[in-house]
Amino acid sequence: MEQYEPDRLSAAQAAAMRRSLRSGRASLTRRSLLRASAGGALAVGGLGALSACGIPPAAKTSGVSSEDHSAKEKTVNFSNWTEYMDVDESEKHHPTLDEFKRRTGITVKYTEDINDNVEFFGKIKPQLAAGQDTGRDLICVTDWLAARLIRFGWVQKLDPSNLPTAYANLSQQFRSPDWDPGRAYSYPWTGISTVIAYNKKALDGVEVKSVSDLLDNPKLKGRVGFLSEMRDSVGMTLLDMGKDPGKFTDDDFDAAIARLQKAVDQGQIRRFTGNDYTSDLTKGDFAACLAWAGDVVQLKADSPDVDFLIPDSGYMTSTDNLLVPNKARHKTNAERLIDYYYEPKPAAQLAAYINYVCPVDGVKAELAKIDEDAANNPLILPDKEMAAKSRAFRSLSSKEETAYEEKFAKLTGA
Amino acid sequence: MAAVTEAPPLAPVPAKKPPRKRGRWTPYLLLLPGILWLLVFFALPMVYQASTSVQTGSLEEGYEVTWHFATYWNALSEYWPQFLRSVLYAGTATVLCLLLGYPLAYLIAFRAGRWRNLIMILVIAPFFTSFLIRTLAWKTILADGGPVVGALNSLHVLDVTSWLGITAGDRVLATPLAVVCGLTYNFLPFMILPLYTSLERIDGRLHEAAGDLYARPFTTFRKVTFPLSMPGVVSGTLLTFIPATGDYVNADLLGSTDTRMIGNVIQSQFLRILDYPTAAALSFILMFAILIMVTLYIRKSGTEDLV
Repeated sequence: MEQYEPDRLSAAQAAAMRRSLRSGRASLTRRSLLRASAGGALAVGGLGALSACGIPPAAKTSGVSSEDHSAKEKTVNFSNWTEYMDVDESEKHHPTLDEFKRRTGITVKYTEDINDNVEFFGKIKPQLAAGQDTGRDLICVTDWLAARLIRFGWVQKLDPSNLPTAYANLSQQFRSPDWDPGRAYSYPWTGISTVIAYNKKALDGVEVKSVSDLLDNPKLKGRVGFLSEMRDSVGMTLLDMGKDPGKFTDDDFDAAIARLQKAVDQGQIRRFTGNDYTSDLTKGDFAACLAWAGDVVQLKADSPDVDFLIPDSGYMTSTDNLLVPNKARHKTNAERLIDYYYEPKPAAQLAAYINYVCPVDGVKAELAKIDEDAANNPLILPDKEMAAKSRAFRSLSSKEETAYEEKFAKLTGA
Repeated sequence: MAAVTEAPPLAPVPAKKPPRKRGRWTPYLLLLPGILWLLVFFALPMVYQASTSVQTGSLEEGYEVTWHFATYWNALSEYWPQFLRSVLYAGTATVLCLLLGYPLAYLIAFRAGRWRNLIMILVIAPFFTSFLIRTLAWKTILADGGPVVGALNSLHVLDVTSWLGITAGDRVLATPLAVVCGLTYNFLPFMILPLYTSLERIDGRLHEAAGDLYARPFTTFRKVTFPLSMPGVVSGTLLTFIPATGDYVNADLLGSTDTRMIGNVIQSQFLRILDYPTAAALSFILMFAILIMVTLYIRKSGTEDLV
């Protein structure tokens, strides 16, 4: 009988044995040994690596302006939201941008890469925090994010001498927000009004006139929508409670949250939504909800059941603002583009297409030439009565922002 | 006498170098891209994330590593309901996927014949559109005034489900049921494909042999087919359960305030509240929880070589 004698193994057998030791089940011990030693190395090296990864304070990176290449490079990189620019019938050209190029020779590299403020902030934060160029000369973000970027010193002060038209034509309503007095860093692209929208069919005769009706009327149980933007939902509730969202206290905020919480607990509020409330509203899953006026103008055109109302207590207006990030290479070009959009004609073309509140004075005649209805629509060009009811949310300190967002997140379930 | 003739003296062995071990480094070289990839896109982010989770500070003042492990405890004690809910929803969706997916995979593997490719395409086709669009489509399907909810209502199914607490009143949307439906639908192909591959490899003669030994079809399934498909079952359930636990899109679009999953919490901590340490700690807790559950599951199911 053949005995096991290692030196009698054929070469092939020996190789097979080695293989089994290296890569078969038996190798497990070897592999786990490797793993254990790697783990040890990781633990030692890891501790060092862990403590090396702090994030420098935002303020340290402020005041980084950069060399302006505007004169040599006739371009400007403009990042904007989707569907936030006029297009021609072929849907390929942006007439106002083409006109800008014809007049100034500056090519606008227009990118629609902003879908969400918080996500966009997450995207540009690493570069801005490290004091690097984001590759963008002009960005468009909602006021609270604009306020945060200014507070962190991540955007550049604009040069008023490049913005004469903008300075002259900016509507009174938007001239001096508390987060950017005198518009030193930002100019509004559009105003966004938050109103109450409803579906006549789904409402089925139930009367809705105020935010209180949304929160309290048992006939609307489970068919009311609020917005996942804290400032809009809480702001509208504060207004309804007779407080001014422009100067409220912590207690007022907590009271508004408590009021909303009660409605959540009772199942009155179905969901807190982003832009997706539009489908809920047109399908009738929402009988009534908070909504952004620009959307409602569009929705009304598509589905006749949808309409809006302005509560007597007032409504919230926020803005989307143009800013020049630190280290942008074409600041002057960006400023010229801002200035251009404050001329009545391009402003009217833009307003006629996107249907949001136009922040430019003296557009009515131009807009009437393009679209008579739009010119008379108070959601696009607010009349005196509308403007008087408009309120803005006050700016928040970092601490307040975190605390309020956390309370609001708890309310919405996460 | 058999004289042993002396063997002729061996010719002196030419001093030849032992053959060089060729390709000693080849396997490592071939592994290099993979290792680099893992290092850059897995190991480094993990270290960064681990570091973030023990930092304190704010964006304005900067973050410093202070070994603040209390973040983990605070996160867990604050958000355990969402953790539990995630596991519950993902687990339910996984079981539903298995119940729905197994018969279909069986059909494709053994009975589909010339329809096999067509059915496979139908299984994969939803992947051609975006995850988001597919989830939003459920909002149309399950709309309050829609035919599905109407039918469920007239059959009084919704009375039962709302008594069970998985729907609310006369609606399906914005309830746990809708979220679980969305999860099940979105992850179903991840269950069907591994099941199909492991079923398809089963030798048909085994079924014949089982029949020859007087096994009834059900016994054949229980004793032969199902055990042989275990690798598919295990990898299918893992591929469904793991991503479903961390999913936040379904809960966001189809759910309400009381159906938020841990993914929603991490998202809002990271993007809205800007509490990066808590977000990182939550991610780690989730990762370890899944790791532990999966390890126990694999041990239990005794399948070591996954497909």
